[in-house]
Amino acid sequence: MSAPLLEVEDLRVRLRTPRGTAHVVNGLGYTVGRGETVAVVGESGSGKSVSVLALLGLLPARVATVTGAARLDGEDLLTMSPERLREVRGPGVGMVFQDPMTSLNPVLTIGRQLVEGIRAHGEVSKAEARERAAGLLAEVGLPDPQRALDRYPHELSGGMRQRVVIAIALSNNPSLLIADEATTALDVTVQAQILDLVAELQAEHGTGVIWITHDLGVVAGIADRVLVMYGGRCVEDGTVDDVLERPAHPYTRGLLGALPDLATSDDGDLATVPGVPPAPTDLPPGCVFWPRCPVRSDPRCATEQPPLAIVPTSHRDIGGGGLVHRAATWCEEGSRG
Amino acid sequence: MADDDVLVSARGLEVHFPIRSGGMLRRTTGAVRAVDGVDLDIRRGETLGLVGESGCGKSTLGNALLRLVVPTGGSVTFDGTDVTGLDRRALRALRRRAGMVFQDPFASLDPRRTVRQTVSEPLEVHGLRSGRRERGERIAELLELVGLDPAVADRYPHEFSGGQRQRVGIARALAGEPDFLVCDEAIASLDVSVQAQVLNLLRRLQRRLGLTLLFISHDLSAVRHVSDRIAVMYLGRVVEVGPAAAVGADPQMPYTQALLSAVPVPHPSLERTRQRIVLRGDVPSPAAVPSGCRFRTRCPYAFEPCPDVDPALQPVGAPGQLAACHLHGVVGRPVRRAEEAVPAAE
Amino acid sequence: MTGAPLPEPAVSPTATEAGVPSTARTSRPRWRETLVLLARNPTAAVAATVLLLIALMAVFDETLAPSGPNEIAVEDRLQPPSLEHPFGTDDLGRDILSRVVLGAAVSLRVGFLAVAFALVVGALIGLLAGFYGCWVDDVLMRFMDILFAFPAVLLAIAVLAVRGPGSGNTALAIGIVYVPVFARVTRASVLGVREEVYVRASRSVGASDWRLLTRHVLPNAAPPIIVQTSVSLAFAVLAEAALSFLGLGTQPPNPSWGLMLAEGRGFIDLAWWLAFFPGMAIFLTVLCFNLLGDGLRDVLDPRQRTLMAGSGR
Repeated sequence: MSAPLLEVEDLRVRLRTPRGTAHVVNGLGYTVGRGETVAVVGESGSGKSVSVLALLGLLPARVATVTGAARLDGEDLLTMSPERLREVRGPGVGMVFQDPMTSLNPVLTIGRQLVEGIRAHGEVSKAEARERAAGLLAEVGLPDPQRALDRYPHELSGGMRQRVVIAIALSNNPSLLIADEATTALDVTVQAQILDLVAELQAEHGTGVIWITHDLGVVAGIADRVLVMYGGRCVEDGTVDDVLERPAHPYTRGLLGALPDLATSDDGDLATVPGVPPAPTDLPPGCVFWPRCPVRSDPRCATEQPPLAIVPTSHRDIGGGGLVHRAATWCEEGSRG
Repeated sequence: MADDDVLVSARGLEVHFPIRSGGMLRRTTGAVRAVDGVDLDIRRGETLGLVGESGCGKSTLGNALLRLVVPTGGSVTFDGTDVTGLDRRALRALRRRAGMVFQDPFASLDPRRTVRQTVSEPLEVHGLRSGRRERGERIAELLELVGLDPAVADRYPHEFSGGQRQRVGIARALAGEPDFLVCDEAIASLDVSVQAQVLNLLRRLQRRLGLTLLFISHDLSAVRHVSDRIAVMYLGRVVEVGPAAAVGADPQMPYTQALLSAVPVPHPSLERTRQRIVLRGDVPSPAAVPSGCRFRTRCPYAFEPCPDVDPALQPVGAPGQLAACHLHGVVGRPVRRAEEAVPAAE
Repeated sequence: MTGAPLPEPAVSPTATEAGVPSTARTSRPRWRETLVLLARNPTAAVAATVLLLIALMAVFDETLAPSGPNEIAVEDRLQPPSLEHPFGTDDLGRDILSRVVLGAAVSLRVGFLAVAFALVVGALIGLLAGFYGCWVDDVLMRFMDILFAFPAVLLAIAVLAVRGPGSGNTALAIGIVYVPVFARVTRASVLGVREEVYVRASRSVGASDWRLLTRHVLPNAAPPIIVQTSVSLAFAVLAEAALSFLGLGTQPPNPSWGLMLAEGRGFIDLAWWLAFFPGMAIFLTVLCFNLLGDGLRDVLDPRQRTLMAGSGR
């Protein structure tokens, strides 16, 4: 097996807040291969967004402490000089955030913003860059790309703006694309368009994708592997089929049970996970999910953090490195029930 | 069928917002047709789900039914009374009988007022339970009803989580003992696990208090789960309405079909095999609504009559299911060519 | 790290579904919190203390002043600062310290009255204009624009010319000048609050306009107005000094800082203390009001609050 594109090891992020030190990410490790889509799933406060902002050095150094390692093509992003990191960010990693308006400068035309990005990372003439920009806009499905270059962000709809942001993120052919709730603000019909678009581009360029979302439906459609985050930890990871069809962690099961299902129509109450996620300033000792867990029974639950262990009853032989189904829970039997 | 005990009813309801040019004179240069000729009946005791994409006018419709925005045309009847022309007093009486739960629980509670002050506002406004003790008891009762400890009444909103704030918002809406509750994207800003808690709460309250619910949401799965009937809106118009099971399983309007097919479900095997109908382009601006059928610019089945005849809702599919689509027979008002406003293709 | 530990609300076991609240979003501050945070901002705390002392001085002027401020002692005229007269004496032998203390009462009274007038009238106009919009907004704010377009001093002189000099009229004149400022600040703030969902929510349960204005809009629109009040007090004290300097404000022999400054001007090369001490009093007061205003701005802005607390101060 070739080396993965991105290798994150024991990532920890602490933030200083008015309420004390927030342990936002607590020992996260995963890999993303070329052309692979890894979905990071979690509720608000689970640390899913912070964990990727930390990778790119986008957290304010004044309040954030980041430790661990994150190797992109073998080069550690966390120990890199700021200059090198800036070089890497454009051509190496593209980012798409939830609100396209915040990533676009409202007073510059779409064309200017694209051309700037292209020229910042390569020796290209203005005309050439503009040509490539138009090509990118066409690639992301913007009608009439030449005219769109001269438009301002507010003249486009939300879906079109998100396409532009994706075009900018892809402008330097990054090997890794990070999408943070990139379709959450969009309507489902537009979301479907964007998901198709990313899948197409990914197939074409072999881009590795980290897709951060809370929408398990989206995950089911696009992800190869899933990483479920809770309280700043990975509580379960594995292939999309393993995690969504045969969840092993009580939290994952709770999340799936809480979703109203469009396909079936039962009139009963939805299963709920009682309570709310813990504050990162005030994580419980032991298993982070313990206070809300419906199947807690093991005495270790309250005192000892369960390690991320291979799910013993995996339905098939454990394959190569990335395909293991793991969960961090003491309740192995309970989780089967 | 629409006559059996309808609580709220809209007929040809229109809410047009004028677009004004800047400057001192402010000439009206056009109109955003947020709600544009809606016919809708909400039956007593049912939950009607109202779905549609952003900008389709579903929130405006909800506000117009409660007369929180003043309709520019058509009528709204609440329990037999036309509410479009109510005076201030009668309007206040309506406010007691119809409540609203808002989307963002962080924005819908006044940060400077305690939970008690917020929940007691409807009681004060309508002069209910005026004794100090009685009012306190009622507030405790309301908080318990929505699953909050009455002991938290004197705390401020920022001390609560999103789900708890939404419960406070629901308690406020219920304080006046309304018959009708509009939930405007009431779960959209909550975490998945908390959404389920609030959905369950709403369903339980509805059954217990015999409420009539209008559940406005862009989340089709949630709407499908809570609703007895579903209405689908597109560009200011209800384009399909019917029993939840029928609309969910066998939609008759191409837009509903596309909308349903675009909802991702959390089953990888289903997701991989599912046929998605991906629509072309974006929703046209409500300031430039296409002539005839407003969905025709994105419809995969558009044919000759679509630009020329504005389709009316007609019975199709299951009993009680209505859809506005020429595929089921050309029914509707012909468009006069002079009025036509074809938007430039985006 | 000094984050104010907010009490976590207790939730009964019957309400387990709702759970225990976790991180609460920093909401707009309340009174006590505001004071605590203000006390933690050293500059603002010092400014507030100094202003409090000046205010106390103004209140107890008669008891504090070493001698009668208008007591003329020609034999003691133009004495430099000494133990007997810490700030020296003026050309009529009056004790400058006593006059500065009494001047505080006059200057601050004029300042407070002027700002109170501007605050009440301006905030009311801004509230109505911002809340009702449409023609109410157009009419009121165009009127404010016209008032604003007049040079401030000219406007004050015009008012004083019509009504005659005197500290009450000075306050009125300065007040009128500041009405448009308060109207604008209030209107801008109200425009933001008016669109808040909680205002709509309150309307949806049937609250009247009056109720919306007094219970929801005004309290939430208040922070910028409070800041403006503090800053305007500084300007009002300066304006009073300027008008008195021009002979339009406080009339002799009563002391006001501006008037003393004007009187001392002729002796500046001969006896610097005549102008220096009232000048310092003005400087100190204005500086403190401005610093307090800045501090309040920081404390009342929720985003600023998070940053302040986050930086570990």
